[in-house]
Amino acid sequence: MKAFLKYREIWLATAIIVLIGLISTRFPAFADPGNLRQVFNDTSILMILALGQMVVILTRSIDLSMASNLCFTGMVVAMLNAAHPAIPIPLLIVIALAVGLVLGAINGLLVWRLNIPSIVVTLGTLTIYRGATFVLSGGAWVNADKMSPDFIGFQRAAFLGVPVLSWIAILVIALFFILMTRTALGRSIYAIGVNPTASVYTGIDVGRTKFIVFCISGMIGGLAGYLWISRYVIASVEVANGYELNIIAACVIGGISIAGGIGSVGGAVLGALFLGIISNALPVINISPFWQMAISGSAIILAVVLNARGERQQGRIILRKAEAAT
Amino acid sequence: MTDIPAPRHIPDRLDKPFRSAIFSWEALLVVVAVAIFIINSFASPYFLDPYSLSDLTFNFTEKGLIAFAMALLIISGEIDLSVAAIIALASTMMGMAVQAGADTPTLVLIGVVVGLVCGAFNGLLVTRLGLPSIVVTIGTMSLFRGIAFIILGDQAYKGYPESFAFFGQGYVWWVVSFELVLFLIAAVVYWFLLHRTSFGRRVFAIGNNPVAAQFSGVRVGRIKFILFCLTGLMSGIASVLITSRLGSTRPSIAQGYELEVITMVVLGGVSILGGAGSIVGVVLAAFIMGLVTFGLGLLNVPGIVMSIFIGLLLIIVIALPIVWRRLRGNS
Repeated sequence: MKAFLKYREIWLATAIIVLIGLISTRFPAFADPGNLRQVFNDTSILMILALGQMVVILTRSIDLSMASNLCFTGMVVAMLNAAHPAIPIPLLIVIALAVGLVLGAINGLLVWRLNIPSIVVTLGTLTIYRGATFVLSGGAWVNADKMSPDFIGFQRAAFLGVPVLSWIAILVIALFFILMTRTALGRSIYAIGVNPTASVYTGIDVGRTKFIVFCISGMIGGLAGYLWISRYVIASVEVANGYELNIIAACVIGGISIAGGIGSVGGAVLGALFLGIISNALPVINISPFWQMAISGSAIILAVVLNARGERQQGRIILRKAEAAT
Repeated sequence: MTDIPAPRHIPDRLDKPFRSAIFSWEALLVVVAVAIFIINSFASPYFLDPYSLSDLTFNFTEKGLIAFAMALLIISGEIDLSVAAIIALASTMMGMAVQAGADTPTLVLIGVVVGLVCGAFNGLLVTRLGLPSIVVTIGTMSLFRGIAFIILGDQAYKGYPESFAFFGQGYVWWVVSFELVLFLIAAVVYWFLLHRTSFGRRVFAIGNNPVAAQFSGVRVGRIKFILFCLTGLMSGIASVLITSRLGSTRPSIAQGYELEVITMVVLGGVSILGGAGSIVGVVLAAFIMGLVTFGLGLLNVPGIVMSIFIGLLLIIVIALPIVWRRLRGNS
């Protein structure tokens, strides 16, 4: 099974390399390491969000409220920064994580304690969190001139020639990699997705694990909130409106099965990178940015067609292995 | 996404009709609707006016039309997130036709046919290739609206013929709008289709257990395909109404409608896991959402704050019976 997962990621990585190759045949500067670093940095926030969404989707749930969480948390930290510029940025990031965690925990509690399907819960909180942003801000914007230089500059500072934003993304990727491959929680998340009933019999608390994954996606949403606001230096109610579907798109392109249980950290990262490269390449090759939506739509459909083939095959492989083992 | 389906409780004997009617979801919705209606009429002196109440209906008729088809689709265990994008694409096509000098009947035909074709495209991907509908329609949602953006960019189509304005702005009789009449007709048609035909029984059967339905001789794929076509068709009709009401087309038209339509369906008591639901519930939910947004609008509450109430309403109305059942079970 692992060999197969690797195969899928290699496949996606190849597609990305071919894509970069195709673009660079006409615009050699695109494949320049400096530019690729820039693309990675541009995609960092989407990668982080996709990883948060991934753990939720793996447990057969979905979190539609991530973009609204991002918007709300971003507004909280931006207003805090505007009112008290003295608060150090690391503390602000902790606050962002905490606010995001609370919002995620609300989703998680509703799913866990009341057994409401996650799609219904997060459909509700999607509108509630964004509405709450309006109530909090009174509809006002927080502009660049109200933010402290540290607030804006933190993620742009270079460390070993790479911006802090990219380092944060790398750190989050590493943490998720450890979580999914080296911890019991990671195994439980996969187990619940593959077979929830069997997971209960093996002693996994399905409800509690779902609660935890919503807390994780909430924290990620909060972190992305700070990063998004300080990157685009504006906090408003419209921030990341509709972005929840981009996050899910990155996961789907990355080979994460919406039916749960199948997917990997590498896949989510590559899926996000794929979308990031497209959005970065379009202006370079002189295609109107209005094409982007249709292109990512086609990419999603293509990815899900290819993934469906893979999943079917995988079922057989598991059975054969199980037979061989007994 | 697909949560664990709880083993369905099938009682040996049905509840007595009166008792089951009182404790039904629809009864709860009626109570909520009446409560909101009363609160509204106390909160604003302008509410209890035939013209105000007529304006109110425009808040839900277009989304409600789609919600009927969506209800059937969700009962069958599928979902369509691309309905708002279909509206945008159909509206864009109508706009192109106007530039080419099309007359009103042609415009309506184009809107409806584009909707139908988009729905059929979704249906083919889901039923022929066996793909999960939530992902397929996230993809086609980007694709359809993306095409509208490619065609229109940041431009807008205007100049719709005057006779075209009737669909979204016309009144059939006194304060009864064309949209409301269409909504009520569609409600009756879909009620009949879902609750009084073998097609409707098959939709429920598929939602409860697609495998068993297949073995019982139900053509699961074909019925799902028809449901996707219906949803596309209703989106096309809604597109005609919205375009006619606004008198212009932008690629961002009807943005976010898909979630409101789904909220309406779920609020109407349709199980998001499939297999249960009623058209009466959806009609009531449409009224409730219209009442909430319109009542708050009269009080000058901004749209974004209204969405908080819609979101809360969705979660509370779903959570309430669960909490109540649990409390009763514990005592």
